Parts: sequence; C-alpha cells; structure tokens
Amino acid sequence: MAATDTLAAPPRAATRPTPAIRRRRRPGIGNVVWGVVAWLVGILFFFPVLWMVLSSFKTEAAAYTNVPQFVFSPTLAEYRHVFSSGVGSYFLNSAIATVVSVVAVLLLGTPAAFALSLRPIKKTSDALFFFLSTKMLPIVAAIIPLFVAAEAVHMLDNVWTLVILYTAMNLPIAVWMMRSFLLEVPSELLEAAEMDGARLWRSLREVILPVVSPGLAATALICAIFAWNEFFFAVNITAARAATVPVFLVGFISSQGLYWAQLAAAATIATLPVVLAGWVAQRQLVRGLSFGAIK
Amino acid sequence: MADVCYDEATCIYAGADRPAVDALNLDIKDGEFVVLVGPSGSGKSTALRMLAGLEEIDAGSIRIGGRDMVGVPSRDRDIAMVFQNYALYPNKTVAENMGFSLKMHGVSKEERQRRVREAARLLDLEPLLGRKPKHLSGGQRQRVAMGRAIVREPQVFCMDEPLSNLDAKLRVQTRTQIAALQRRLGVTTVYVTHDQVEAMTMGDRVAVLRDGRLQQFATPGELYDRPVNLFVAGFIGSPAMNQLNVDVDAGALRVGETVVPLSAAQATAVAGLSRVTLGVRPEHLSVGGGELKLQVDLVEELGSDSYVYGHLVAEPDTSLVARAGRGRFRMGETVGIGFDPGQLHLFHPDSGERLGP
Repeated sequence: MAATDTLAAPPRAATRPTPAIRRRRRPGIGNVVWGVVAWLVGILFFFPVLWMVLSSFKTEAAAYTNVPQFVFSPTLAEYRHVFSSGVGSYFLNSAIATVVSVVAVLLLGTPAAFALSLRPIKKTSDALFFFLSTKMLPIVAAIIPLFVAAEAVHMLDNVWTLVILYTAMNLPIAVWMMRSFLLEVPSELLEAAEMDGARLWRSLREVILPVVSPGLAATALICAIFAWNEFFFAVNITAARAATVPVFLVGFISSQGLYWAQLAAAATIATLPVVLAGWVAQRQLVRGLSFGAIK
Repeated sequence: MADVCYDEATCIYAGADRPAVDALNLDIKDGEFVVLVGPSGSGKSTALRMLAGLEEIDAGSIRIGGRDMVGVPSRDRDIAMVFQNYALYPNKTVAENMGFSLKMHGVSKEERQRRVREAARLLDLEPLLGRKPKHLSGGQRQRVAMGRAIVREPQVFCMDEPLSNLDAKLRVQTRTQIAALQRRLGVTTVYVTHDQVEAMTMGDRVAVLRDGRLQQFATPGELYDRPVNLFVAGFIGSPAMNQLNVDVDAGALRVGETVVPLSAAQATAVAGLSRVTLGVRPEHLSVGGGELKLQVDLVEELGSDSYVYGHLVAEPDTSLVARAGRGRFRMGETVGIGFDPGQLHLFHPDSGERLGP
C-alpha cells in the first residue's frame, strides 16, 4: 500500500491543479441554471395533470375555493358519481374502437412497412409520400363525405365505423414508424434465415418480428393513444349508442354545468388507460433494437 | 459435398454500366478451399452471393454437384453461409441459432440437439449454448456463426469476409482454426476476403478478381511466383512487388546505367519491345552489394528483418522496397542493390500482361 502511494505521489504533485478535472467534478453555473429551467418547465407541464388528479379527490365545494387548497381531506365521492352516471358503455366503445383498430393497423401496416423497407422498389418513395399525404387533408374537410357515406350504409352511431376510421387514420403513421424500425434490421438476418431454409412467413415470424417487437410496441402505443383520445369523428358520427370516452367527458360539462371535482374525476378515469398502456409498453420500448445481431 | 462450377456466370445490377461479375469461370473441386480475393468493387462478394442464391445469375450458370442453380432459391441449394456481420438471430440462444436450419428442415429434436452439441464441442461453444448473441464477445459470435454453418453438414460453405470484424490477433488465430476445420470436414468452401494474406494462407487455390473479371485462378505459390499480369503481381505479396519501367537493349534490360542480362526465354519474350515493366519482389533485391545505387528514404524495422524504402539515384522518380537484415541501413544513405536475374518478372508496358516464363 505504502509502496503504491510513494510511486503514485510524484506525478500527482507535478501535475496537480488541473482545471479540466476540477470543472468536471463540480457542475458549472450554466448547468445549474439549465437544471432549474428544466425542472420549472417539467413542473409547468405536469402541474395541470397533478391539479386534475388532486381536484378529483376533493368535494365539489373544496374544488371551488378561491385560494386553491393543497391540503384537504380526500374523498371518493366524485368517482362514485362518475361511475354511477354510466361511464361503462363509453369505456367499452372506446376500448373496442382502440383495441380493434390498433390490431388492424399493425396487421395491415407491418407487411406494408416490410415491403417498403426490406424489399424496396422504384416507386417506394412515392408510395411513402402518398401514405403521408393522406394525413395532410384537414379532418374537418373530410367529415361531411364521411358522414354522408356512413349514413348511406346505415352505420352512423356504430362503433365499427369508428374502428374503420381509426384504422385508416393511424395506418400512415404506423407504416412510417414500422418502416423506420424495419430499416434498422440488417438484411443479412433475412438472408441467413432464407439460407437456413425458412420461407418468408417463417422468417418474418421467427426472426424479424422478435427483433422489431420494441418498434411494434411503440407503434401500437402511439396508435392506441391517438384512437383513445380521438374526439372529432366520435362526436360527429356517434350519438347515444357508440359514443366514446372523450364524448362522455364533454357531455359531462354541458349537461351538469361546471362541476370541477366531478369533471376532474371523469378526466382522471379517462386518462388512466393511456397511462397504463404507456407503462406496460415501456419495458418493450426501452429494449435496444438490434441487440447483438451485428457487431 | 460437391464440386462447384461457375460457367460464364454473370451478374448485372440494375442501372450499372458494367456487370458486377463478368462471365466468371471457376472449376472448384469437391472438398477444395477456394478464396475469392480482390479490392472492393471487384465483384468477389457478388460472385459468392450468386452461388448462395442471394443474387440473380443473369447469364451463364453455376452448378453445384452438376446441378444447375439458375432459378433455384437459396433454401433449396444446401449451402451454408457465414456472413461478415454474422447475422445471428438476436432473440435466439446459441443452441437455437445453430439448430434453426435443422428445425426448418424437419430434423427431430433429439437429432437436432445431438448435432448442435457435436458442433459446439468442435468449436468450444458448449458452455455458451444457452446464451443470447448479445452476451457473447466478437470472437464467440464468429464461432457461433461457424457453428450454425457446420451443424447443417451442407454441400458447400460460403464465407463472406467472416474475420473482418475481429481484432488482428484473433483474426490470425481464427484463420488457422477455420482452415483446419475445413480440412477436417472436407466440405467444399468458397471464401471471400480482401486480405491477400488471408487468401494466401487459407486457400487451396485463390481466384483474384478485379472489376468483375477473373484475373488468375491458381495455387497461392503460383500466384506469387508467376502472376499473370501487373494487377495480380501488385495485389499479391506484402510489401507489393517493385515495378520499374525500363528500356530493352539488345536482349537485356537497361536500368539507369546498369545492364541487367536476360535469360534466353525472357529475351525471346521481350523481342520487338523497346520498353517493358520489370517486376521484382522485395526479397529478391539484394541490398548492400550491387551496381545500382539506391538512396534510402525510410527503413521499417520489423524485428526479424527490415524493409528498406528508397529511390534509384539515377532515376529519382522511381520507388523501390527491398528486404534486408535488421539494423544495417539508415535513412539518407546510399546503398548498392542488385537483381537476381532468375527472379525477374517481365510485363508488357501497355497491357500489363506477363511476358515470358
């Protein structure tokens, strides 16, 4: 021990006060400022959500106090109100529209993305632009023809109409996202599988899909969020039977007046599935893409 | 196991102005280890991928065991390939990676396990069978890729620069292991590399390619001793063969003020030419005693011996390298060098083709 110390001592003495090392040890004033700014921005963004959740546990009177209360006795009364007002059918509609459309989007979009990434042809970029261009038209401009069409086939106020619309709405995003994930897959993986005797479907299922599963999870999550939160289609082409959770929330405002606590409780319930989906998908999302397939 | 025959095999990429592989003819014997070597863009990888069924054969044919492979998909060719980046299946364990092709071919689970274990023992992979590729080192991944190929007992191995992702020491070590393994298994092997040392040390025969065209297909010794043209002469051997444009004067060569006599056969070959390109390997230049004067520009000490780089005093725009014993020469000094007339190579000054024996 002593020997090592004496050996190490002279060079340390010779090159002692190196400012570079000091600076690295103590964060600079600039870093502190940025840290504070980042926290402020974070709190600014998160505060409305926090306030919503807090308000949902207040009584209606407590939610209305002019100096906002941070300390109060929490109650589940407003949640009970919300659940007794028949939120279940709205949730079911939202769940059907979201889950079925996301599954359909992945089933349709992944093969398209595969063809556009691993087997490109001359018109690939044109096809990709076409997909994207369908998102450029404002939805407002499309709602009248959609409404007329849905009415003509007697599918107004029908949850399957929403499934079709949400699938169409999310398909371009899914194709673009899945394509970028598939581009990361080395083409040799597919070639290796083919040389090993696997046919295309088998290679896709056993080799390619496991590699892009984080990408699938990310795509599914994005599409699920968009479908779950979609309001414009839902409010225009559904009524009592097929209305979804966002429509339910708005209905809360108009029919009952402004009941802050109740609305906050309803909004919290509406947010929960998305938060849960994000939390579940997170494990998949953080996994690296091509973990050790190539050097 | 089978022989492989490239018969005027040609591959043209869409939009390219010349074929990537141009009418390639190779006759590879059963069990032979053939190396395709060339600079990048020479078509060596394309030629291999044509054999593997990963590129189209646009003209000519490739036969494996006498069977024409045009239009036959990869999976029906009974070929195994080792890729440069190994292309291991990241979600599968080492054992699953190695057994995948057997599974695809409907081999029973017990038989699969037996063969995977056997290959794993051969490659020292037994303790790693349960691991995923991401938990392996580069060398281990390389061995798994080899294992995946040998477990199938295919007719032909294709290897596309399988060592280029390894560090220098491991590369040399693995090089000998692969060569030994191939001799032991006796499977016909086509191996692509850009490294001429790999080509010379591993191959029974080596095919040198340039711009999609075959330059020479011969044993390493013959490539070294009798290169058919200046390209092969310059590509094979390190440091490269010295090349000097010299005058022909009455059946002899004139280098500066020095006259180098030619053998009768060589004299006949250069008859009618006023200039030729003279090729001499660095080890065939004797440094220290000779009529030509060399100004030393640089000395590379390798430990066992040294390389002396310099230029002829009489012709300052020449550049020569000679092998010498260690520590004898210094930068800036002028030394005499001599040729061994029996070890000269003569090439046509325009076409670069070999002249004479």
